[in-house]
Amino acid sequence: MATFSDTGWLLLITLIKIAVVVLVMLTSIAYLTWLERKVVAHIQSRWGPYLVGYSGLMQPLADGLKFILKEDIVPLEVDTIVYWLAPFLALTLAFLSIAVIPFGESFTIHGRTIFFQITDLNVGLLFVFAVTSLGVYSVALAGWSSNSKYPLLGGLRSSAQMISYELSLGLAVVGVLMMAGTLSLRGIVDSQSGFWHIAGVNTFLPHWNIFVQPVGFLVYFTAAVADTNRVPFDLPEGESELVGGYHTEYSSMKFAMFFMSEYANMITVSCLATILFFGGWHGPVFGPYVLRVLLPVFWFCFKLFCFLFFYIWMRGTLPRFRYDQLMAFGWKFLLPLGLLNVLATSFVVARISSP
Amino acid sequence: MTVGARHGVPVRIETNLVPLFYIFGALAVVAALSVVAQRMPVHSALSLIVVLCSLAVVYLLLGAEFVAVIQVIVYAGAIMVLFVFVIMLLNAGRETPSHRSRMAHWLGAPLVAAFLLEVLFAIWRQFPAGASHAAAAVDAGPAAIGHLLFRNYVLPFEVTSILILVAILGAVVLAKKEF
Repeated sequence: MATFSDTGWLLLITLIKIAVVVLVMLTSIAYLTWLERKVVAHIQSRWGPYLVGYSGLMQPLADGLKFILKEDIVPLEVDTIVYWLAPFLALTLAFLSIAVIPFGESFTIHGRTIFFQITDLNVGLLFVFAVTSLGVYSVALAGWSSNSKYPLLGGLRSSAQMISYELSLGLAVVGVLMMAGTLSLRGIVDSQSGFWHIAGVNTFLPHWNIFVQPVGFLVYFTAAVADTNRVPFDLPEGESELVGGYHTEYSSMKFAMFFMSEYANMITVSCLATILFFGGWHGPVFGPYVLRVLLPVFWFCFKLFCFLFFYIWMRGTLPRFRYDQLMAFGWKFLLPLGLLNVLATSFVVARISSP
Repeated sequence: MTVGARHGVPVRIETNLVPLFYIFGALAVVAALSVVAQRMPVHSALSLIVVLCSLAVVYLLLGAEFVAVIQVIVYAGAIMVLFVFVIMLLNAGRETPSHRSRMAHWLGAPLVAAFLLEVLFAIWRQFPAGASHAAAAVDAGPAAIGHLLFRNYVLPFEVTSILILVAILGAVVLAKKEF
């Protein structure tokens, strides 16, 4: 029997990791829709889904079945290639950025160290930004290829919005990068271990970036909500003005792909928020080896869940922005604030590093 | 496999990854041809994005992760978005073939062939067949590029940024005239 080479093992482990992560992502997306319907319903004093399964827990499965069985209507005179490409692009890009997200520390089995991460690029953060910046195409092309005016308007709006807020998104994390000194997401999490020490005294405050970069976090999270087209920045699909925005002419599984990509993007930006500002997987870790391996993953998922809950909470609370307000807010408030934060952080970092 | 040179030092791709180089190199060439061959402007723009992304993969294979990612962010993610945006707003339809000028008709193909031969010759002269090169590790990380940009080439860098600023101001002034 042939022995497996190191490359073979690496390939096998990576394939298993990809399969697990994709499965977990698909399940979380499905149950995120359930959570959203349930939480928004309770905010609005309704029940939400409760018929299919206990508390409507089987609802996502029923929804998925419905999406597959629905008739797929393609409008006349669409640009066929682009019309088909757009939803696939949306979903592929949404899943691609998960590849560099570290979910936990590592564990050793049979002398091999396995990391809770598909791959650790040394430019991981930029990779996520590159993939997000390509996400504009799926929305713009879907709007254009549908050959209909509401989707076109929605697509144009949304590309303008995504381009504008991506700048703030990038600027907001520069402060964190300057403090961590690396672009690797694992490196950024590693730089946040332990506690803050003020003048040599242990404050027992976790060494997370949120405590020194609150402005950066605010800018990041606002820009992230706008970048994922969620309330209060969901103008691309403002149903009162644009029917459904860029995906008006999409039905059945192609619509579901846009829907899933939106939720996947929500998960990605929440993962990044956890990693950049809230110490990633760091948290109280104790007990036997298995627990010490799994607790960091639990802390990561817990923080992630808090962000996702906050997303839904906002949707149940805030009204939608007007379009000119959205642009003014992004360019005249968020962007200067991000720039100021970069300036202030660089002064402090330079002062500390060269006394 | 040796595929290029940086600072006169040949750069190699790991043997395992050579098939990937051929796949994405071929994709880049096919997509580049498609940029010219497509009749719909949006399809041409999309093909150009494919070219840029496959080039990014080639950079990645050469170990230049930073350059690869920046290529995608700047070219595919920002500049081409504006291209696509403008094409969509102008609602540019299917191109109609124009009456080619007689000069282009007779001289076009020979000129393209001559240019291709020249490029091939230049490459062949730099890397003669059969010559072996030692693999060289060149640091292309963000830190190394930052040092180059802000130490060795700080003046050209700043001059470029002022040039871009002037261009932006000019664009704003030109656009404001309309109101």
